[in-house]
Amino acid sequence: MKQGLRYFVDWVHPTDSALAVEGLACRRGLRPVFDNLCFTLAAGQALALYGANGSGKTSLLRQLAGFLAVDGGQVLAVPSCHYLGHADGLKAALTVDETLAFETRLQNRQGQISDILAIIGLAGRGPQMVGDLSAGQRRRLALARLITAPRPLWLLDEPLTALDSQGAELVNDLAAAHLASGGLIVAASHSPLSFAIKSLHMDDFAAVESAGEQSAAPA
Amino acid sequence: MSVFVTLLGHHMRLAWRSGHVGLALAFMFIAVTLMPFGLGPELKLLRALAPGLLWVVLVIALMTSLDRLFQADFEDGHLDQLMLAPLPLELVVLAKLAGHYLAMVVPLLLAVPLAGFLLNIAPARLPSLLAAMALGSPALVLLGGIGAALSVSVKRSGLLAILLSLPFYVPVLIFGTAASSAALQGATLGGEAMSAQIGVRLMALALISAAALCFAPLAIAAALRAAQK
Repeated sequence: MKQGLRYFVDWVHPTDSALAVEGLACRRGLRPVFDNLCFTLAAGQALALYGANGSGKTSLLRQLAGFLAVDGGQVLAVPSCHYLGHADGLKAALTVDETLAFETRLQNRQGQISDILAIIGLAGRGPQMVGDLSAGQRRRLALARLITAPRPLWLLDEPLTALDSQGAELVNDLAAAHLASGGLIVAASHSPLSFAIKSLHMDDFAAVESAGEQSAAPA
Repeated sequence: MSVFVTLLGHHMRLAWRSGHVGLALAFMFIAVTLMPFGLGPELKLLRALAPGLLWVVLVIALMTSLDRLFQADFEDGHLDQLMLAPLPLELVVLAKLAGHYLAMVVPLLLAVPLAGFLLNIAPARLPSLLAAMALGSPALVLLGGIGAALSVSVKRSGLLAILLSLPFYVPVLIFGTAASSAALQGATLGGEAMSAQIGVRLMALALISAAALCFAPLAIAAALRAAQK
């Protein structure tokens, strides 16, 4: 598997790819979620986001991906990114092969679909419908998106969800290979991520709600 | 360009596999076979009404396929991936609509002559009717897409999407049936005046479709971006 991974590490990332966030704020509805959030990330670094439910991990990732509007502060130099969210974005009506063929062609890449299947641990599952896969297998297939196209920034929302221990190892291997080739990762998680050298606790940036509004933030 | 073609093929395949085509075709033929029971079996009456009836049936069959056009993508996270695709969202939307048109609308258009036969349509009127439908149906899909995109974040929004796009459908329907009724009056007008009348209305339909082709992808992309949360 490691050898297979090395094949995908030949990506040439711009060496100056970096990510900086200054004073970022987020509101959901009227409720402020976080405020004054800052961090910088250089090429080859990964940032782990920890924090309670509702502390804004997913919101931050979606802001970085450009899906959500920024409610204050700014995101500097977001390179093109992969977003792996709670919903895996797979189509149940396609086969595994068709899904990967679409992803690789979308990136104008000559796909070695069988290689990718072997790496993500779905060898031989090519003709199966995505709708018939288990939650963990679907997760693995969603991970395949990360290696079908080289993009410098990976935004991972709970990447270990539904995965077995081998699957978790796969995530670690993919992340390590990506970082070694100069990529960046921001990942939200409840369990410690071994590949992340930086971490950020969302609770430290919890927005102070003005008096009169409900005080909900846990200590 | 190849990314656009890939997206088009992808959405065409998804639209085809969704099974909506069979449903829309079944609706069309059920509606057409029920008409004579509701209107009475008078052949002359059916022949006079056939073009208008076919237009209405086509529009409703199209609408039923449009309500969930973007909602499935929105809910399963596919829309997120499309927004990160190496192509502007406007073109991604256009590829999706084109795929939908080829997989859903073209089979319906191909079925129109047979449905018209069941309504005793005059064979001489079929070409102008089909031409009007071919020119007007892109506008129906594009404008219906706006309604579907605006209601994308609302659960069970099928009816809302239809209500939003219905007003846009009226001009297409007016010019579409007008082209057919001009053919109907052909006997009194004489051949040349008739083809001029039809030509003007077909051009109006083409104009609506062309305008929708320019503006609908922009509106749909904006609506989808605004719906993100």
